Amino acid sequence: MLMIEKQTTTAVEIGKLIGQVEEFRNNGYRLVQIGCTKAGDNFEINYSFDKAYEFRNLRVIITQDTELPSITGMYWGAFIYENEMHDLFGIAVKGMNIDYKGTLIRTTVKFPFGMPVSGPKEESP
Amino acid sequence: MAFFEMAKIAIRTLIHSPVTIPYPAQPAKMTDLSRGHVRIDESRCISCGSCQRVCPAQAIVVEKESKSWQIDRLRCVVCRACVDVCPVTCLFMDTQYTAPMTARGVDTVAITYVKPPKPADKGEIKT
Amino acid sequence: MSRQIIVPFGPQHPVLPEPLHIDLVLEDEKVIEAIPSIGYVHRGFEKLVEKRDYNNYVYLAERTCGICSFMHGMTYCQAVEQIMNTEVPERALYLRTIWSEYSRLHSHLLWMGLMADAFGFENLFMNAWKTRERILDVFEQTTGGRVIQGSCKIGGVRRDISGPKLVEMAQDLESIQDEIEDLTNVFLMDSSIKHRLKNVGILSRTDAYQLGAVGPMARGSGVDIDLRKTGYAAYAKLKFEPVTETGGDCYARCAVRSREMFASIDLIRQAIGKIPDGPVDVRVSGMPNGEYFSRCEQPRGELVHYVKANGTKFLARSRIRTPTLTNVPPLVKILQGCELADVPVIIMSIDPCIGCAER
Repeated sequence: MLMIEKQTTTAVEIGKLIGQVEEFRNNGYRLVQIGCTKAGDNFEINYSFDKAYEFRNLRVIITQDTELPSITGMYWGAFIYENEMHDLFGIAVKGMNIDYKGTLIRTTVKFPFGMPVSGPKEESP
Repeated sequence: MAFFEMAKIAIRTLIHSPVTIPYPAQPAKMTDLSRGHVRIDESRCISCGSCQRVCPAQAIVVEKESKSWQIDRLRCVVCRACVDVCPVTCLFMDTQYTAPMTARGVDTVAITYVKPPKPADKGEIKT
Repeated sequence: MSRQIIVPFGPQHPVLPEPLHIDLVLEDEKVIEAIPSIGYVHRGFEKLVEKRDYNNYVYLAERTCGICSFMHGMTYCQAVEQIMNTEVPERALYLRTIWSEYSRLHSHLLWMGLMADAFGFENLFMNAWKTRERILDVFEQTTGGRVIQGSCKIGGVRRDISGPKLVEMAQDLESIQDEIEDLTNVFLMDSSIKHRLKNVGILSRTDAYQLGAVGPMARGSGVDIDLRKTGYAAYAKLKFEPVTETGGDCYARCAVRSREMFASIDLIRQAIGKIPDGPVDVRVSGMPNGEYFSRCEQPRGELVHYVKANGTKFLARSRIRTPTLTNVPPLVKILQGCELADVPVIIMSIDPCIGCAER
């Protein structure tokens, strides 16, 4: 069976991100995940929301040195995704409510999935 | 309201025979499908290298010129990918686990397959 | 005047099945703040997807976790099948459902054993795992692997279960159900267990929704989220209701998992009754191009696999978001204000699977 559930993705500017997220929060959506994908030289950040099994996705495209505003003001639990994004990809997020400053995920190579300044060496057996 | 529920379970366990097997005195229970280790029949392998390409752990190395087939037993995760993809079915999955080893090493097998001559009819190749 | 001291909890702890580190800021045995730290079993799965064929990545996706391994493989296969618009045969969907529900049974039994071990009741731990062995035997007889099944592939399943075997499995479920009933009776009605679990680690309903709790942690506080209702695999054709409780404490979460086990047994019986005949896989060719978020209901909550493909045989990105990662903020919230002796019980009640959370 095809297309189990409907999924909509909307691209959004970084300046309007907070406004859109606040609108989702007021309509009762819950945060599913914040994910980061490396696409060429840019990073695509996906913010996913869900309400009553309806899936909505916001996408922001940034470069390595852009600073993302944090959405922990509206969703208290988002700090874990933003810290993980910072520890693995090296993206700076401004204004997190609980900021681990790089100690959430401790790896030998800093920012292993980010732009290849330090080569990633993780290989599974 | 439950009454002496745990006591019933405890007494029943005392009377019952043990549920564990005294391994290795008694062999471990296996089924036909259990995945133990990979075995090769060297007289059928045509050195095509499909198993090397498909192995997710990169445990198999096939060398066509020197006709050898190597597997690193400690890297192999017994997933059956090579067994399923082999075009001449020369790989089999045995149900016995790999024996413990004291030094890291690679199992090498020399391939003894001989291509049959062209004009003859394609008969059995098994030696 | 009370002083604050910091006690490190984990990564090695007799109660924890997997390494997790929490710094507890204590004031006279009461926890003021909890600061988690993960990363002890990071294996870099998301980087490895760029080096393995999309067909072979199933073997890697399965090995993300040892307890919920079948559903990882299934969710990844679903994501790639949606991108490539493949129609999976009916029998394969039913077989996937049956294996998923067995997976849920064995995971909840494992959790029950570990929870009993967390408050010192070792006999119950051994009995729960004894029943779990029977379910692992079923896995070995039908797929070849006790813990890592290796039976999902893109386009269907790799192996079929024969008709007589299905009948035998349905008959075995009777005695498994009796044993589980004995265990859950002890769990839910024993007075010493109630003393340790009731009113410990309370999570209110609004907090559970706002902080993003999923799985039995949310359902124990009254939030009705169960991804099986979206109808992936064969769930659209089976009848069931999500199990919720309203207590919000550890006892409610324990009750949710206990009742879910009976619901799983019922689902397996329904699926065995309705399974159609037919092929179990379909040939897949070509390269995937596109992206998709595939979600499913793992024993611990909602699992999301995001797969992005760009037309070559290596995928561009695969992101796995596991339920344990999203249950950590509610855990940090409910650890504030509890006693030090309750910390292991609370951490076990969210069912931590750090291997999943760390990929």
